Amino acid sequence: MTERQLLYKEAVAEAVAEEMARDSRVFIMGEDVGLHGGAFGATKGLFEEFGPGRVKDTPLTESVIVGAGVGAALTGMRPIVEVMYIDFMCMAMDSIVNQAAKVKYMFGGHATVPLTIRTAFGAGRGNAAQHSQSLETWFLNVPGLLVVMPSTPYDAKGLLKSAIRNDNPVIVIENKQLYNSKGYVPAEDYTVPIGKASVRKEGSDVTLIATSRMCQFAESAIEKLEKEGVSVEFIDPRTIKPLDMDTIAQSIAKTHRAVVVNEGPTTGGFSNEVSSKIMDQCFFDLDAPVIRVAAEDVPIPYNAILEAEVIPAEKDILQAVRKVLES
Amino acid sequence: MGRELEQEKLIFLYRLMVKIRLHEEAIKILFTQGKIGGTTHLCIGQEAVAAGVVSQLRPDDYVSSTHRGHGHMLAKGGELKPMLAEILGRADGYCKGKGGSMHIASIKLGNLGANGIVSGGLPIAVGSALSAQMRETDQVTVVSFGDGAANEGNTHESMNMASAWRLPVVFLFENNQYAVSTHTTRSMGGSMEKRAAGYDLPFVQVDGMDLEQVYFAAQDAIAHARAGKGPIVMQADTYRYEGHYYGDPMIYRTKEEIDSYRANDPIARVERILVERNIESEDHIEKIKADIQAEVDDAVSFAEASPQPAINSMFEDVYTEWQS
Repeated sequence: MTERQLLYKEAVAEAVAEEMARDSRVFIMGEDVGLHGGAFGATKGLFEEFGPGRVKDTPLTESVIVGAGVGAALTGMRPIVEVMYIDFMCMAMDSIVNQAAKVKYMFGGHATVPLTIRTAFGAGRGNAAQHSQSLETWFLNVPGLLVVMPSTPYDAKGLLKSAIRNDNPVIVIENKQLYNSKGYVPAEDYTVPIGKASVRKEGSDVTLIATSRMCQFAESAIEKLEKEGVSVEFIDPRTIKPLDMDTIAQSIAKTHRAVVVNEGPTTGGFSNEVSSKIMDQCFFDLDAPVIRVAAEDVPIPYNAILEAEVIPAEKDILQAVRKVLES
Repeated sequence: MGRELEQEKLIFLYRLMVKIRLHEEAIKILFTQGKIGGTTHLCIGQEAVAAGVVSQLRPDDYVSSTHRGHGHMLAKGGELKPMLAEILGRADGYCKGKGGSMHIASIKLGNLGANGIVSGGLPIAVGSALSAQMRETDQVTVVSFGDGAANEGNTHESMNMASAWRLPVVFLFENNQYAVSTHTTRSMGGSMEKRAAGYDLPFVQVDGMDLEQVYFAAQDAIAHARAGKGPIVMQADTYRYEGHYYGDPMIYRTKEEIDSYRANDPIARVERILVERNIESEDHIEKIKADIQAEVDDAVSFAEASPQPAINSMFEDVYTEWQS
């Protein structure tokens, strides 16, 4: 029997459909999520199945899309809101940072915000500087938020279902270049826990940690490294807030070396947070400094050749792993 | 000749306005005594709006409030003791001392929160109204916003979406004329009436210092929203006697200007009505005030005696626990 294969975007739509069928309080709203099926096709079929009452096309009003999500979540609904590009989160930052993340705490706990905020990030499509960013680290700095970044169709569905069932605001950051990637997705109900990393491959020489689309680059790099006789342990954190440091620390206790990859700019990036936590918790297990692989500190350029140079590539990962093994 | 409130209602609203005023006066004293940290925004002068609009809501209706929100909370059923305890940052406060004046809220009472971000409460109100619409209830959301918020994008975007989706929202524009120090003559292009028309929203404007005008306009506005006729904008022209925050030196306006509004005090106006219509004697009005003052004093004692929050409580209520 062949495994059931779905596209990443189909896995997203399936998660939403299943949760909407399971719980009448769940609905989805955002720009073009209805008949159009979302800018990247990740809500395709929902409008036909659930109708305009629960699959709502909104005006272009990101601040209100998220803020109304907060208001609906405070009053008995479980909204899923879509912000088309992570770049557009800039238009919704107050609703995310000052409202969604804070109300429970500010109100002394007597409020819950079961809100799922879906968005898409990443370069590689020639969309230039305002439609290609990786802004996930901004949200790491905001207590009250949970942030997940699925890299496979399996995780895209399982994490989204967990997010929808979670009583906190969860930002689900999908990758535009992964929407058409294919992978195993079981037909039966399952969830992927928030806050739990996935050890995608066991190994003994070096721990390679990568998020989202960088996992694809990491996988192809690992194939080459294995041929060279390097045994790589590959971890996809899946949830970047809170970070599953137990899994990472256990791995480093075994490998003593780590390379961390993220797509966004190097300065202030996710890899910094991971490497800093490794220093805090695993310093005496390390045989070499942690190496970060991240984008150049420049905006994403339009030109495809320049764009590919700015963000990390397989060659950068190969280089980093070889270097960490040298010391 | 405007519509007149029935006696019982008038007395109820008068008492509420006095309660709001004396609550705010108590805060002034506590602030002066150095017992309140941070910033406190008082609504003295604006009591007729909070009382006249918000007290008409049903317990299951919602209000989305502002940084100047003490009056809205008291009008939505908030109690003095946890209010003042919160403002003093104590464990018995509405938010366990972690929110303070700018974040007083009670989901149970339908107050979706004061809001420290000017215009931050409008999208939330759109959401609670959407929730009511989707759950097919007839709950109404009143969202208060000032002349500062009137110029924020959130306000326009919220009016637009509420109009497009015919959501049950009363947009309560409390125009106290100053955004911190900047007068509307220098900050507002056009008028709220024209802005409301731009979103195809009905508009009503009242003297916010006149309780009866406020009350009846709000009654109609709430009924409009409850009947499923969509959102409505209500402008109440009002004035805050105190500064933007308590302690504001207020160099941007004259004493004469402030006095001219004080001469038109909304509470004194209701007192005159009570006497003129032979509802209450002047003596009894003094008695009412003294009783409420005693209530406020009692709440202040309660708040001052309330314990400081446990240090470890800073880690609580960041997240709702989940199973992983």
